[in-house]
Amino acid sequence: MAAPLSVEVEFGGGAELLFDGVKKHQVTLPGQEEPWDIRNLLVWIKKNLLKERPELFIQGDSVRPGILVLINDADWELLGELDYQLQDQDSILFISTLHGG
Amino acid sequence: MVWQVLEGLSRESAKRLRFVPGIVCIDEGAACGLSPEARAKALAEMKLILQTVGFPWHVVALEEVFDLPPSVLRCFAQEPVGTEGAYKAAVDSFLQQQHVLGAEGAGDSPSLAQGEEQLSWPCTQDPQNPQSPDRPPTAAQTEALSRLFDSVKTLTAKEELLQALRTHLILHVARTHGYSKVMTGDSCTRLAIKLMTSLALGRGAFLAWDTGFSDERHGDVVVVRPMREHTLKEVAFYNHLFAVPSVFTPALDTKAPEKASIHRLMEAFMLRLQDQFPSTVSTVYRTSEKLVKAPRDGCAAGPPGPRCLLCMCALDIDTADSATAFGAQTPLHLSQTQPPTPPPTAPCCSAGMGRVQGCCGGARPCEREDPRARVIEQLCYGCRVNMKDLPSLDPLPPYILAEARLRSQRACIEQQIQEYLVEDSDDEAQTGES
Repeated sequence: MAAPLSVEVEFGGGAELLFDGVKKHQVTLPGQEEPWDIRNLLVWIKKNLLKERPELFIQGDSVRPGILVLINDADWELLGELDYQLQDQDSILFISTLHGG
Repeated sequence: MVWQVLEGLSRESAKRLRFVPGIVCIDEGAACGLSPEARAKALAEMKLILQTVGFPWHVVALEEVFDLPPSVLRCFAQEPVGTEGAYKAAVDSFLQQQHVLGAEGAGDSPSLAQGEEQLSWPCTQDPQNPQSPDRPPTAAQTEALSRLFDSVKTLTAKEELLQALRTHLILHVARTHGYSKVMTGDSCTRLAIKLMTSLALGRGAFLAWDTGFSDERHGDVVVVRPMREHTLKEVAFYNHLFAVPSVFTPALDTKAPEKASIHRLMEAFMLRLQDQFPSTVSTVYRTSEKLVKAPRDGCAAGPPGPRCLLCMCALDIDTADSATAFGAQTPLHLSQTQPPTPPPTAPCCSAGMGRVQGCCGGARPCEREDPRARVIEQLCYGCRVNMKDLPSLDPLPPYILAEARLRSQRACIEQQIQEYLVEDSDDEAQTGES
């Protein structure tokens, strides 16, 4: 049982092209049964924020290789990648290092 | 991405390195199909950042490719050390500049900044206004550029063509403003991808030049890649943590599906492999470090061999070799071309070769049946494969076609006077050529 969370989702390096050019999104995640983790967040982003071409951002369960994820300015690999549990006021940054968006 | 990297570099260099860099930004909006408003917006953002950096900067539109002189495709020998006077003058002006900088205090000094490159071959020039004048490209040029890129059939060939044009333009700007080195921001990841892509495109012979640290194929201007040891991840983190301002502009292959071009495919392949095997990129990079630029056998002492028209690498073609795939390709190509209507009299003796009269008097070895074949035979294997996707050579910028014509005329003249040349001296060959 998780309370609604307010997190800031930011996109850089061209990834913002898939989100109407908006770089920063302050989102409020609704309360739900399981705690929010990155996996769920990605699903939520795909459903609610991603405007076009989901395959350019998400691949299967995770982000496409070549997109860096920073959670509170730290590499997500240090925090457990998809299993990291979101806290309130977290800042998630997706930087695309790919050539084509 | 490249701009992000350049930014990072310029920040560091203000503190440590001892040369005066300038920044070149190429506006490729026309090739990517951007609207004029989008281009203007990106350009304005770019200028804002460039101005805060403080180095002399030049913004060049890709359309200026149509104004380039054919000399950009020639390889100039590296300038000799130069007279004592030139060196001293360079040192003097450098000291003067440092003095003024010291007097003004630290910070932006665009007023006296000159485009001088102090590293190894100082070349003097008159102090110029550091900001190049703003000349928006004409609509006709933009139109011509879009036509050129639209006529190319595949995205792979488009990207290669864009890269070639971009290189020529940068070379031209560097030569005009007296820079002897060009630094590009290719990162480790990017170079590893480029290595694999070059292999797939048939440019295996030139890997050492395409991905090595320094690339001297243009002679007087050396292209160096100082960022080649940093992976993209490092660069991205650096930029984020140090709040390096960046401008993002859509490129040719933005939002293209994965299999749209060889470049995209290779990028996806490498990055996916890197995900599962984290040492992929560094392994490929280390392998590229082992590549050595060896001259072709026999030409170490002799005159430099012919160079590819577009990429300016020494030609790797052995026309006599019929065993390779390339050898099989050439006769097929030639048999497919139909000779056009006979060209008007003496076309190959016009344009700059006026003094040699009657070279085509009897037989006509200079008449190429097809101007396309004439251009194609001056390209290396990789460039030829790309040209296959360009159905007609007309939209190409005039400097390429002019240089091709000049080279083939020169070759034909050389052939004709071959029997009159005395063995040992190369001087006659020189006078015969130009």
